[in-house]
Amino acid sequence: MIRRTFLAAAALALALPAAALAQGAKPNDAQIAHIAYTAGNIDIAAGKQALKKSHNKQVLEFAKEMVRDHTAVNDKALALVKKLGVTPQDNPTSQSLKAAADAKLKDLAKLSGKAFDKAYANNEVAYHKTVNGALQSTLIPDAQNPELKSLLQTGLKLFTEHQHHAEMLAAGLK
Amino acid sequence: MGAVSRSMAAAAGLALLSLAACNRAAPPAPKTYPVTIANMAYGPTPTGLKAGDAIEWINDDIFQHTVTAQDGSFDVDLPPKAHARTVLKTPGVVSFYCKYHPGMTGKLVVAG
Repeated sequence: MIRRTFLAAAALALALPAAALAQGAKPNDAQIAHIAYTAGNIDIAAGKQALKKSHNKQVLEFAKEMVRDHTAVNDKALALVKKLGVTPQDNPTSQSLKAAADAKLKDLAKLSGKAFDKAYANNEVAYHKTVNGALQSTLIPDAQNPELKSLLQTGLKLFTEHQHHAEMLAAGLK
Repeated sequence: MGAVSRSMAAAAGLALLSLAACNRAAPPAPKTYPVTIANMAYGPTPTGLKAGDAIEWINDDIFQHTVTAQDGSFDVDLPPKAHARTVLKTPGVVSFYCKYHPGMTGKLVVAG
């Protein structure tokens, strides 16, 4: 069980940089917006799953926070792309993120109780680390539009906070 | 006797005069200072705070935040674009943080 969780987390951690490298060329703003939006949606879906499955107060509070914060960023991102007249463009990085997240949701769906809580918290740590890495190394440096860059920088601060919060949550569940 | 009464009266008069002088020199009323939260951070906290002053917390962020005192003296929940007032009743140093984003921290220094 634990081994499977670690493997899944590791696979997810590898998925984004690998896809970004495989893509070769630098992503454009329409692709970056799509990746950021997809990354947010993935964590919203994970949070909603936790809200349905968990009975742990700390996990539920954390999950509510994830849904609330990522919805706020994604609403802002949607308003921004509309204002800029940019249509978010699907791309291999978004697809890879989505595929890994879908698999993770299925894995987590099989767990319950403490096993679910731990797996969810550990995955949130791994996932936020992955997205933080991508934001720092690729998405923020490559974004051309200053407003998009600024929103991504806010996103990085948010994801970093969430990563710390997830680490605290995971440590408390041991 | 008479001399004692006179000096007591003089002392009382002096005390009243000093009180009146103090009253004139004292600050008129407690102040309210705004602190704005934006981009996942608290704005700078004001200096020269005194007991009785207040902070008007303004959440200009797109995220919900709290301003939670480490010593439990206040805990303010702020949805996006909301604001709330905290009266600083006692002197001392109060560290605060956001319950949702614990990396967000700040400190108030309140004089007596």
